[in-house]
This record gives sequence, structure tokens and C-alpha cells, in this order.
Amino acid sequence: MSVGTLMDWRTGLDAGDLSAEFLAMEALDRMDQREGDLNAILFRDRELTLDAARKADRRLRAGERTPMLGIPVVLKDNLHWKGAPLSNGSRIMQGYTAPYNATVVNRLLEAGAVPMGKANMDEFAMGSSGEYSAFGPTRNPWDLSRVAGGSSSGSIVSVAAGYAPFALGTDTGGSVRLPGSFCNITALRPTYGALSRYGVSAMASSLDQVGPVAASARDLALGLSVLTGRDPLDSTSLDLPGTKGLADLRPATLRGLRIGLPREYFGEGIEPGVRGVLEAAFQRLAAEGAELVPVSLPHTRYAIDTYYLIVTSEVSSNLSRYDGVRFGLRREAGELQEMISGTRDAGLGAEVKRRILLGAFCLSKGYYDAFYLKALKARTLITRDFVEAFKQVDILATPVSPGTAFPLGANLADPMAMYLADVFTVTMPLAALPVVAAPAGFSEGLPVGLQFVGPSLSDVKLLEITEAWQGISDFHRKRS
Amino acid sequence: MKPGFEAVIGLEVHVQLLTRSKMFCACRNEYGGKPNSHTCPVCLALPGALPVMNGEAVRMAIAFGLAVHGEIREASPFYRKQYFYPDLPKGYQITQGPVAIVEEGWLEISGKKVRIERAHLEEDSGKSSHELSETSSHVDLNRAGVPLLEIVGGPDLRSPQEAYDYLKTMHHLVTYLGICDGNMEEGSLRCDANVSVRREGESAFGTRVEVKNLNSFRNVKLALEYEIERQIELVERGEAFGQETRGWDADKGETRSQRSKEAAMDYRYFPEPDLPTLRVTPEEIEAVRASMLELPEARRARFIETFGLTDYEAGMLLQSRAFADYFEALAQASGSGKQACNWMLGELSRTLNGRNIGIEALGLHPEALGELIRLVEARTINLNTAKESVFPALLAGEGSAAQIVEAKGLAQVSDLGAIQALVEGVLAAHPEQLAQLKGGNVKLRGFLVGQIMKQGKGKVNPQLVNEVLDASLAHG
Repeated sequence: MSVGTLMDWRTGLDAGDLSAEFLAMEALDRMDQREGDLNAILFRDRELTLDAARKADRRLRAGERTPMLGIPVVLKDNLHWKGAPLSNGSRIMQGYTAPYNATVVNRLLEAGAVPMGKANMDEFAMGSSGEYSAFGPTRNPWDLSRVAGGSSSGSIVSVAAGYAPFALGTDTGGSVRLPGSFCNITALRPTYGALSRYGVSAMASSLDQVGPVAASARDLALGLSVLTGRDPLDSTSLDLPGTKGLADLRPATLRGLRIGLPREYFGEGIEPGVRGVLEAAFQRLAAEGAELVPVSLPHTRYAIDTYYLIVTSEVSSNLSRYDGVRFGLRREAGELQEMISGTRDAGLGAEVKRRILLGAFCLSKGYYDAFYLKALKARTLITRDFVEAFKQVDILATPVSPGTAFPLGANLADPMAMYLADVFTVTMPLAALPVVAAPAGFSEGLPVGLQFVGPSLSDVKLLEITEAWQGISDFHRKRS
Repeated sequence: MKPGFEAVIGLEVHVQLLTRSKMFCACRNEYGGKPNSHTCPVCLALPGALPVMNGEAVRMAIAFGLAVHGEIREASPFYRKQYFYPDLPKGYQITQGPVAIVEEGWLEISGKKVRIERAHLEEDSGKSSHELSETSSHVDLNRAGVPLLEIVGGPDLRSPQEAYDYLKTMHHLVTYLGICDGNMEEGSLRCDANVSVRREGESAFGTRVEVKNLNSFRNVKLALEYEIERQIELVERGEAFGQETRGWDADKGETRSQRSKEAAMDYRYFPEPDLPTLRVTPEEIEAVRASMLELPEARRARFIETFGLTDYEAGMLLQSRAFADYFEALAQASGSGKQACNWMLGELSRTLNGRNIGIEALGLHPEALGELIRLVEARTINLNTAKESVFPALLAGEGSAAQIVEAKGLAQVSDLGAIQALVEGVLAAHPEQLAQLKGGNVKLRGFLVGQIMKQGKGKVNPQLVNEVLDASLAHG
């Protein structure tokens, strides 16, 4: 059974060779076969899915030809899909059914996409491996003994395993790019604000973005075309320019493209195999006429500290609403504070608690200036580094991760090691910049990704560049 | 207050803004309703819900700022104030931080300027009820997210009476501006006080105590009187006391400690990442200024100037915007500001007080009352007839003033010939009194006028009666 790309399926559906119902049933079959190994899906409902597929078929038969009509999609389980349970990868949501649609989910459903299910994730999107899900880790389809990467583990693996050619994850500090890199998937972290956060359970509000994932830049562009546009329900959302051509993405011209290689991203600590793959990729780009320019982002060394100070502070605040009062799990108790702390103790996992504690500490009287305020200042400096770099180059290219997918359990005992897995992915969110992570090759049989980083609002341009890259490479076509 | 001591008081007033929808969502901003019926994912704080600023609330805050001569800050970010309580569904309140939308204003109370340090926008919490059941508490989130303007007054008040006057003036201003309904029973306007005492002549402040739960004008005065006396006693006894928050128990008439400064909460304030910094442009400020009605102070001056009223009268007319608006319409319709004012403060106020309603509920159009005043001015009827006979009928909806006068035959006799006949008849019937009057007993003039009016059944024009009587006496 072959797994097509979104583009293939689009062509088949539009030509009438395929039906949405057939595609959905095929995908459901694949889930049945592989879920025992992969654990990428937390909720699915055959009837809900087939019902949506049949509706899409009616629209197709009526002559509608739109980018996502009839295309199976998977949604990360922190996105509200009305009527479906939502877990955030956490036990604390027990019994909660989404009473409304997230804006991005609404847009997909209205575009006729067929929802296949809700994807596994690190609890509240906190994690880099997928192992912090309360419902067990998602496994890497390239090697079941390894992590898929997180936190959007299930969304990425759903595309890799052919459950859907398009999925939505979220990316706060690398949560679609890291698993994308570990599983050979193309992932976009948009400019902050380009996709609405309404209906997306918040982890760190100033960094969270919905991240679409697919097998190629072209597939991503098709999906993205129905998702963009300012949302009045999200005060931080904005209009992304240049989205008109998304459904018919053209490759950018590589000749003369100035690609900056920030030296801070190529230092010690990168696995030799990964370094080799990246060097080969850059040479291939240079052979097409791209100009490789060494640049520097000097404040990169503060990135992890800055990122985790801001993330934990915002987490400590955003997760206060999970108190057992209005929804989800509740531990009954005689006293109010006992009920709240009992509920949170029982419902939240260790990593979530760790971040809440760190964040509450950072924001406390007497520490705010030393931690949170200082982190905001560092954030400004990190942002300025990028602004300076983009005066010299068009885009930046970097690794996604120093290594390939690590074995399950390898970093679980050491939270700091887990945080360091994010070292190449956290700076761009701090600067609110768009990034594409795309397959760059393989090291010892495991996928290696690279990142293209662009200036603010250059999302479409980055997809065009990625499309050009995928025109001269075929790593993204390889399936597990 | 005990001689030799001085109180230093500053009030914090929370004003619920009269917007149509809540501060950060489209839910109705309305008091009461079935518990939790005016709620949505945003004000229920469901995961994923995001706040969106209510522009109407911003415009109301600007209007308030302009009315208190304040600075409207170009950029005032929102912050999160964090604590766990079931009626605070997000676990934090969205409020403003170090910079408020309005700063450095003042309010005048009986010739004294009281500083308004800041007024900032924030959201109200829901309501917890602990009385509905023995074993559980209930939460109603209809109020959660209702827009509030918190107005922080400077430590400029020196007595409970001044605090009372300040709150009255504030209440008047916000209701006059139409940004709050002023209903203190429903909590639309709430007040906390910071109070300390010191010996007269001292410049340093004493230890400050915050008194909460002052939900009526009367309670503000009573609580402050109690608290000031309590603090003076402590100072006199030489007993040190710390900063604390005390609650006013209106039933017992005392303040009671709620928490000390040491136990003060750490609210872990930080900038709200879900909302951009609130920015106000000079154009937006000008648009609010242009749309604003004349402010009470300016209107009062105009009333005095244009209608020749006293300061007291003008102040009474400005008791509410509706009352002042009615007055202006009545002055216009009647052609006499002075008479309109007399009616407003006389018959109309009596009627409103008697029925315990506001002018807007009276159901009497100013044009209709204006017509009545014109009839008096034209001497078609006299003032007594107008007040005692026509006005009640007007209120009862028995027709226009002219129709009532006609139907009841109340028009004054102004026919000179008829009055002359009446006067002569009465004089002829009372020769003895006439002779005594002529002999110098001037008191008898009043008796004769009375007789003439009686004969004329109260409908003769008293001025004409006097003129005719004078002429007769002079001739005869």
C-alpha cells in the first residue's frame, strides 16, 4: 500500500479517481495496523471521520475544487475540536470534551479537511521527546526503540506513518521542528501571530505557534493556504503577506540566494554524522548558485536560559486555570486549597510541575527583576542579532538538533539534557521568526533535518526556498 | 475627631463600566441572570481561550480621564495579577501594571482638589456563595470579566466627611458621564479606604491601614470614624501597630483585621502576553473629547450665567444628567430658566421623592410642563392654580395644560370691567371696613382683597385686583 503526498491525493480527488471516504478508510486501516507500535493517536472516531469524508465527497461531486477538500488531517491534542475529547497529553483534563473549535481547526474543517484524530504529545507541550505524555511515548517509525521527538510527537508520526498527509502541531521552542527532524518530515514554525492561537491550549503564550507539518514544502503550502488570515479572537494574530500563491507554490531561485551560516550553530557537540549531512546539503545548495556566508549571532549562548525563564514563567501562569473547579479532574477535599493542590498534584506530571515551580519562583517578588525582566532584555538582544544578520543575508541555515533521534529513556533522568536538545530551535521563537525544518539526509539510517530561518513574515518565501531544496534533493520522499 | 489629631485618607474606588459586553469577550455585561448564563470559553477560562480588548471600555476610561483633568497615557500595558480562587477562573486577573491608562488627575470637592493618582482598566471576578449549602460553595461567573475602572485617589482627604463628599462627587461624576450605573447595592461602584492618623503638625504619615468592604456612602463614613478613633487610641496609648488590611463589619459597626502586611500576597505580576500593550492615539483622545457631553463643572457655570441661577440651584439641577437635561428642555419650553428651576426643585422634586423615582421615569414631557409655566407667565392662571389644580391633572394625563385649564374653567378673570364691578361690589358691601382703611388702618386692605378674591372664586388676577382697588381708593 503506497502512501501518497497531499499533492498526489489532491490530484486524485480532483480528477475523481479517489474519494475522500476511500482515503480516510485507507488511513484508518493504517492506524489499525501501526498504532500498536507507534502510539501517535490519543483519540479517533471512525464514524466522525467517515462522516466528514462523505461530506467532502459531496462537495467534490458538486464540483468544488479547493486545496484541503477531502484531505485527511491529524490534530495535536492541545487543539480544540468541538465534540472531541481534549487531553493536552495530561490526566488533568479527564472527562473534558472541547465545547468549541480552535480557529485553525475551524478553518481546516470548513475547508473540507477530514479529521482523523487527535495526536499524542508531551504533556501540555512540555518536552522534546514525546516521552512526557501521560499516555505513553510515541515511538519513532524509523526505529521503534527511539523517541519521535516532541512535543508534537503524534502529529509528526501521523504524517510519517501515512495516517494523514497533513497535520497540525504546535511549536513553542521547536516542538514541530525537532520531531520533524527526527522523523524526516517538513515542518513550519510560522512568524509569531501568523496562525491564530485561539483554541490552542496555552503553554507559553508569547512563544506558542501552531505548526503545520507535511511531507514536503508543497504539501505544507496547500494546508497553510486555508489557515492564514488575521483572527479577531486572537489579539496577537496578524495577516501573513504573500499567501495568495500558496496553493500553487513555486520554487525560489537558489542562484544568488545568500544563505547565512551562524557559527554559533556549528560548534562542538554536533554529532559528526549530522555535521556531514548538513555540510553536504550546503554544498548542494552552493552548487545551485546559492552563496554561503558565515555570520554570527553572538547572544545565542544565552538562548536556553532566556527561553526557559520565559517559558516557565508563562507556564506557571497559564496552567493556573487547571484547578479542578470548572472542568477536568477534581480531587475532592474538605478545604478549597486542598482541593486545588490535590487536583494539580494528581493530574499533572513531573515535568509540568517542575516548570510551574520554576516559573512561580522566577516571577516572585524580589526575583522578577533578576530573572524574568533580565530574560526579556536578553530576548531583545537575541532578536537584534537576527535583525543584524538579515542585513547581510537572505536567510539562515542551521541544524535542527545536534543529533538524531535518541533512544527512549536516554534523557529522562536528566531534565537539563532534555532542555539542551532544544539548543538550536529556541532562538527563533524568542525572535518571533519563521522557520522551516526540512529533511537534509540520513546519519546511520536515521533522518537529519536542517532549518531555514527567515526574517519576520517571510514564511511563504521560506516555503519557496524549501521547495527549491526539495527539487534538488529527494530525502523528503523517503518513508520509514 | 479628637483634637490634636489628623486623619489621612485615600480612597480606591472600583467602578463597573457600563459597556454592552464584558472586558475581554462578547458576553453580556449585565447584573444578575441565571448563574453562569452570561459566560463563554473566554470568561470561563477554558483552555485555549484568549482575551480581546473591549474598545468601549477604553473610550470610557479616556472620558473619565478627561473629566478628572488627567493624563491619558499613550501606552499602558496589561499585567496578570495571580492568585488561586474559584471565582477567578484563569487563576489571574488581567489588570494594568506600573503605567495606568489615566494618571495624575484631580477631583474638586467643596473647593479642594483631591488628586487622582491613577485609574486603570481591569476585569471583575465572579462571585462565590458559601451560604447555599453546608458542605459546598457555589461560583457564579456572570460577573467574571466585567470591565472595571479602578480609581486610586491620593492621600488628600482629612476626615470621614471629606471621604464621604469625595465618594459622592465621584459617584456623581461617573454616573453623569454615563460610564457606570452607580448602583452600590449591586456592586457597580465599590470602595476601599487607606487610612492613617498622625498628630496635628506632623508631616510624616502614620501607619496605614486598608479598610475593605465599604459598600455604601454611609458605611464609608461610619467605618472611617470607627477606624480613626481606634488608631488614635492606639497612638495615645503608645501602642505600635503594623500595616494591615481590615474589613468593615456593618452589623457590628467595627473593623476587623483580615491580614497583616507580613501575610500580604505575592501576586507575581508580569506583563500579559495575550494582549498587546494598550495604545491610545491623540486622535482617539480627541474623538472621545468631541463626543463627550459638557462636564458637570462647565455646565454648572453655564446654568448660573445663562439662567441667572444661584450656585446652590445650579448644583441641585446637576444632581444627575437626566435631571439637568430635563431642566434645560423645560427652560427652553417654558421660556423661563428661573421658573423652570423653581418647578424642578419644587413640585417636580417633591413628586419624584414622593414616588421614589428618577426624572426619566416620570413620564411627563418637558414640553407639556413648559406649556403650564407659560400659562402662568401669561397670567392665564395663577401659580397656585397651576400647582394645585393643573399640575396633578397634567401628571394624571388629563390632557395638555391649556385643555385642563379650559375643561376645569380655571382661567383667571383678567377683564378690567368685570374686576371693577367685583371690587365695587365688595367695597359697597363693607362700608365700615372701607372707612377704617381710609382712616389709616392699612391691615384692612388685606381683608378686602381677600373678600374680592373669594368673590372671584380665586380666578381673578391678583395683580389687576390690586391695581383696581388702588384706583378706587384714590378716587373715592
